Amino acid sequence: MTPSTAEAAFQARRRVRLGATLGYGAVFLVLLAISARVSEVYPETLIAGLPRAGEYFYKLLPTLRWEVLFAGTKVEGSLAYWMYRLDAWAWLLFETSQIAALATLMGAALAGLLCFPAAANLAPNRAVYVLCRRGLELFRTVPDLVYALILVWVLGVGPLAGILAIALHSVGSLGKLFAEVVENADMRPWEGVRAAGGNWAQAVRYAILPQVAPNFLSYVLLRFEVNVRGATVIGFVGAGGIGQELYTVIARNYYEEIGAIILLIVLCVTAIDLVGERLRHRVAAA
Amino acid sequence: MQDAPLQLRDLTRRFGETLAVDGVSLTVPAGQMLGIIGRSGAGKSTLLRMINRLQEPSAGSIHFGDTNVTALRGRALRDWRASCAMIFQQFNLIPRLDVLTNVLVGRLNRRSTLSSLLGLFSAAERAEALAILERFDLLETALMRAGQASGGQQQRVAICRALMQRPRLVLADEPIASLDPRNAQVVMDALRRINREDGLSVLCNLHHLDTARAYCDRILGMRAGRIVFDGPPSALTPDMAREIYGVSEAEFHSAPQGSLAVA
Repeated sequence: MTPSTAEAAFQARRRVRLGATLGYGAVFLVLLAISARVSEVYPETLIAGLPRAGEYFYKLLPTLRWEVLFAGTKVEGSLAYWMYRLDAWAWLLFETSQIAALATLMGAALAGLLCFPAAANLAPNRAVYVLCRRGLELFRTVPDLVYALILVWVLGVGPLAGILAIALHSVGSLGKLFAEVVENADMRPWEGVRAAGGNWAQAVRYAILPQVAPNFLSYVLLRFEVNVRGATVIGFVGAGGIGQELYTVIARNYYEEIGAIILLIVLCVTAIDLVGERLRHRVAAA
Repeated sequence: MQDAPLQLRDLTRRFGETLAVDGVSLTVPAGQMLGIIGRSGAGKSTLLRMINRLQEPSAGSIHFGDTNVTALRGRALRDWRASCAMIFQQFNLIPRLDVLTNVLVGRLNRRSTLSSLLGLFSAAERAEALAILERFDLLETALMRAGQASGGQQQRVAICRALMQRPRLVLADEPIASLDPRNAQVVMDALRRINREDGLSVLCNLHHLDTARAYCDRILGMRAGRIVFDGPPSALTPDMAREIYGVSEAEFHSAPQGSLAVA
């Protein structure tokens, strides 16, 4: 091979790759158009609906007046008037976040057990691997709302149904993410522990867990945020928390109340994000 | 302290069509320091990994005294792995755990699963680990994260972990290939020390003839999965080196760096 033939071969390979990129790109665009057609995503509808979405959000805004902004709950236009049920909402939101916290913890615990046999690099044998993988999929593919409907029927209206519903769904989604983190782990420590005579569980504990713990934590915190949102939606079907209240005000078109509750949920999720970030940095440094 | 000899009989390992190790028979008496030399791909690593059973032999057998190592399963296999300690080229420590815990990993085999999952080691075990670290001048690094120690220190920590296993045999797979010359010497000195002072057999894969000559009682030359030389360092003539490496020793040394690394 001379430099000029090498250059020619390099050019040829680049042409082939460019061709492949363009070809697959075209296929992707066609598939995208088909899927938009099937799911009835029409640009006209979107454009026609846009002003109405704006209108809805506009209605959610409270009418506040500067002069009386900090006046009492009886004065129209004050913050207190807007958030007149803050005490009740705060309690319901607290309940929702506790549903989410418990569900996340339960889900993470079970996912933490299942993820190791569900990781291709650690699974003791093919059967266990397939069983755990498919099991996690089963947990994951059923929407938490469906679990909630079933569990409300079984356990009655209340937070317990919500907690279990979200926990079940969390097992599936966290388990898959955990297993993928484990599959990316460096296997040299694993080999070191196995070669020293450690058993499977000991190798997981000593060689893998220290590597993956910070990533596990970030996924758990992300899941906690998602679950706060999920716990809100689940309240719609009678599983406790702020959701039930939100459903009521939406159904009755109490726009300012809807706005107030959504703002509180956003603040809650932001708080979790801020605390979570600090926690994550601590663990990554430890 | 006299232990049993290690005996390999017709040990063979196939990867698809290629024979990585091809009918190796060998007896290593207790307390010997054996150097295995050869080009990359000659089957040195596969041979050592089969002895520890990290790799399964395709054919042949491994005996240690009366124990048929090739037949071991489960608990007995883990006990065997603990008693024939392995040292790796890349150290294979747990970088995020401290040096002391890394050494204690050598004792996992003797602890119940539950207590070890909780990270419980006895004060006596910690004392033993610290004593081993002190013996290799590593006491100051005990609370350091293993990943923060230098390469030479990490490999000595790996040797400490090996001793913590209370092994009857030590296997070292290219222990100095990722170290600079100074650290390489410190690590080889440590290996010879455990061979001389603890009476442990050490089977050591090496790239360089000179290292093998300087440290080993006996040298094994491998080429294409077969043993082509077996004798004391003094018997390793330039012709023999040529036979093992495919080039003469002079060419080996004059060759540009790295040109022989990939075989």
